[in-house]
Amino acid sequence: MIKKTFSRREFTRLFTGGTAAVLISFNTACRNKISRWRYLDEEEIGLLDTIVEQIIPTDNYPGGKWANVSNFIDKQLDSYYKKYQTEYREGLAAFQKTVIQIKGKKFEELSFPEQTEILENMENGDFTGEYWKDHRSPAFFDLIRQHTMQGFYGSPLHGGNREYTSYHMLGLDYPNVIGQNRYTDLSWRKYNPKSPENGK
Amino acid sequence: MANKHVNAVVIGAGAGGGVVAKELATAGLSVVLFERGRWHTFDEHGDDELTSQRTFPLKCGYGPDSEHNWRMAPDGSGGWKKVFPNDWSYGNNAGCVGSGTVTYGAMAWRFQPDDFHLKTKYGAVPGSTLDDWPITYNDLEPYYEKAEYEMGVSGDPTNDPYVPPRKNPYPMPGFSFNREGNILEKAAIRLGMHPFPIPMLRNSVPYNGRPACIRMRTCVGYACPVGAKAGTQNTVIPVALKTGNCELRINCMVSEIIVDDKGRAKGVKYFDSQNKLQEQSSDLVVVSASASETARLLLNSKSKLFPNGAGNNNGWVGKNIQDHAYTGAYGLFEDEVYDDVGPGACIAVNDFNHRFPDIIGGGVLCNEFIRMPYQFSGIRPSGSKGWGKDHKDFQKHNFKRHIAIHGPVQEMPKFEKMVEVDPVVKDFWGIPVARISGLRHDNDIKVGHFMADKAEKWLKEAGAISTWQAVPGKESTPSQHQAGTCRMGNDPKTSVTNRYGQLHEIDNIFIADGSLHVNNGGYNPALTILTLGYWVGGHIAEQWKGTKMR
Repeated sequence: MIKKTFSRREFTRLFTGGTAAVLISFNTACRNKISRWRYLDEEEIGLLDTIVEQIIPTDNYPGGKWANVSNFIDKQLDSYYKKYQTEYREGLAAFQKTVIQIKGKKFEELSFPEQTEILENMENGDFTGEYWKDHRSPAFFDLIRQHTMQGFYGSPLHGGNREYTSYHMLGLDYPNVIGQNRYTDLSWRKYNPKSPENGK
Repeated sequence: MANKHVNAVVIGAGAGGGVVAKELATAGLSVVLFERGRWHTFDEHGDDELTSQRTFPLKCGYGPDSEHNWRMAPDGSGGWKKVFPNDWSYGNNAGCVGSGTVTYGAMAWRFQPDDFHLKTKYGAVPGSTLDDWPITYNDLEPYYEKAEYEMGVSGDPTNDPYVPPRKNPYPMPGFSFNREGNILEKAAIRLGMHPFPIPMLRNSVPYNGRPACIRMRTCVGYACPVGAKAGTQNTVIPVALKTGNCELRINCMVSEIIVDDKGRAKGVKYFDSQNKLQEQSSDLVVVSASASETARLLLNSKSKLFPNGAGNNNGWVGKNIQDHAYTGAYGLFEDEVYDDVGPGACIAVNDFNHRFPDIIGGGVLCNEFIRMPYQFSGIRPSGSKGWGKDHKDFQKHNFKRHIAIHGPVQEMPKFEKMVEVDPVVKDFWGIPVARISGLRHDNDIKVGHFMADKAEKWLKEAGAISTWQAVPGKESTPSQHQAGTCRMGNDPKTSVTNRYGQLHEIDNIFIADGSLHVNNGGYNPALTILTLGYWVGGHIAEQWKGTKMR
């Protein structure tokens, strides 16, 4: 390892003025955009949010979007699920393209029932089009579905299940303090979908 | 610098190897115990469902890791695909000090006396290599008892008329039932069955310097936060290390048993924690690396007299791999049946074990360990929609209103259901990897339907308003219950070891894990593997006194 001693001034320059420049050039090289996400970009996250909200929709408890399922998927694509990066990048683009061909609109712009119908078609039969010749749309849907379940029900430490929302939904106390909270009333924590903090 | 010569090398610090290391070290032999993984604690992992050993979409928290380990599995169209430890088709068992005994559900079953002579009881089964064991239940009974007392088992067989005969009671009282157990107990009695608490390698009262169970919901798949669950890592391995005769070498992958031109084992080659190839010489070698990895190591240990692998001149090493064909039923209830008293599994019936002449084997039926939220998202009657409002409504309504009853159907051993080493693919260290293939015997499916019917009937009697069965198909990936690849037998032509786990062909190599099982019993196999550790280890220590294995 190369050892180098920085003077205080060099150090300051490197980690203030320098940092932004380094980050921008890094992102430019990768995706040509600045993203607050790790692998996916804003547009992909927007589409994914809409899909995961279909897979686990909001009712009197939060759905996949509020629970940060997209954040979970993005985080995993940068770590355990690097092997799925290409599938997400190309699959999401091809999915959007297919939707525009069929409906003339982006998936996010469709009504909720229209979105449901698209995903049901995707799950039950193969999409047609260039990309889908080599990739099966039901398999891609099932991948997102599985990852959504993991993100919604798994530990928040992986980026999803915000505030253990799914545990609250199931009435499963957390943290699980043995002998202390087995019968705790959680009704105070009921989710209010109309609250502004919940993105409505 | 060369490693100092020792009396015994033990490969794999799991159920079998941990016990053997303790038996040998306390008998005065110098021992090196090899483990490819390392020590793990609950604090390191917590109750994270996505990296447990039960559901492991992200990784197997307790090993083996995906950076060094992979296998080949059938790809469904006649070829092979590369699979990693957290793929279901890999068939993992925890790779750490204690192995599966760190993360198991800790059911402590003795096999039935009949399980040791299935062929005599039921006759030959076409398409199966079914045979009698060269040992009987009575041979093992004192060793079962030793395992129960040294490790610590809680149980109460009072209400089980089919309990395998025991000379002494369990060392600890049985566990009480949770709400599910109470509901199922009454129903079972109404059906004329004989429910009783599942014996567990888990303290119901403080025992052996470890505290009583605190009834965690995350038990199976996780380490115990207080050490109430007995594994080799918190019982026999510390005893072995305390003698001063046993050195535990962690993060070390054994690649080959060195067999000389006269056909004797001289020690092992291994990659140390820095991935450097080393040798460790010894007077004898004990392999306890699990049914798949034990077979892989023998097959990878080629020498002049054994060109097909150590002890494999008859071609039986790696054959007959078995698991359990888990079968059962789910029931939905009107009222909540969940009370958050872990680990969930608590009640069993032995009524369907060896009591029906046309049902070969059978097995125990138990209520299932707590299904955590992600796992439960995959539990649905067939044809259910797996997402959307349907999914969420089902999840919300039924998480606390369902009961699962399952049982391990023992798989009929088949010669062509096997572990081989892949001719091309090598792991991180360059060691040829295992590949596992073969379909279940038709009998497994038949017994599966029989057992699932019983489970469903039990749930209905308990008040389930809706039920469905879950019967496995013919595809099988032996994982945590893997067994049978180096079976013991009296006939050297149709078995790999003698009755003491000693290779027929190389008398200073022993096997001490589930590989020895001739068949896998209708029960979780951990206690039997621990017991075989005492049986094999005790025999080696005895023989050592006279001959020193030279």
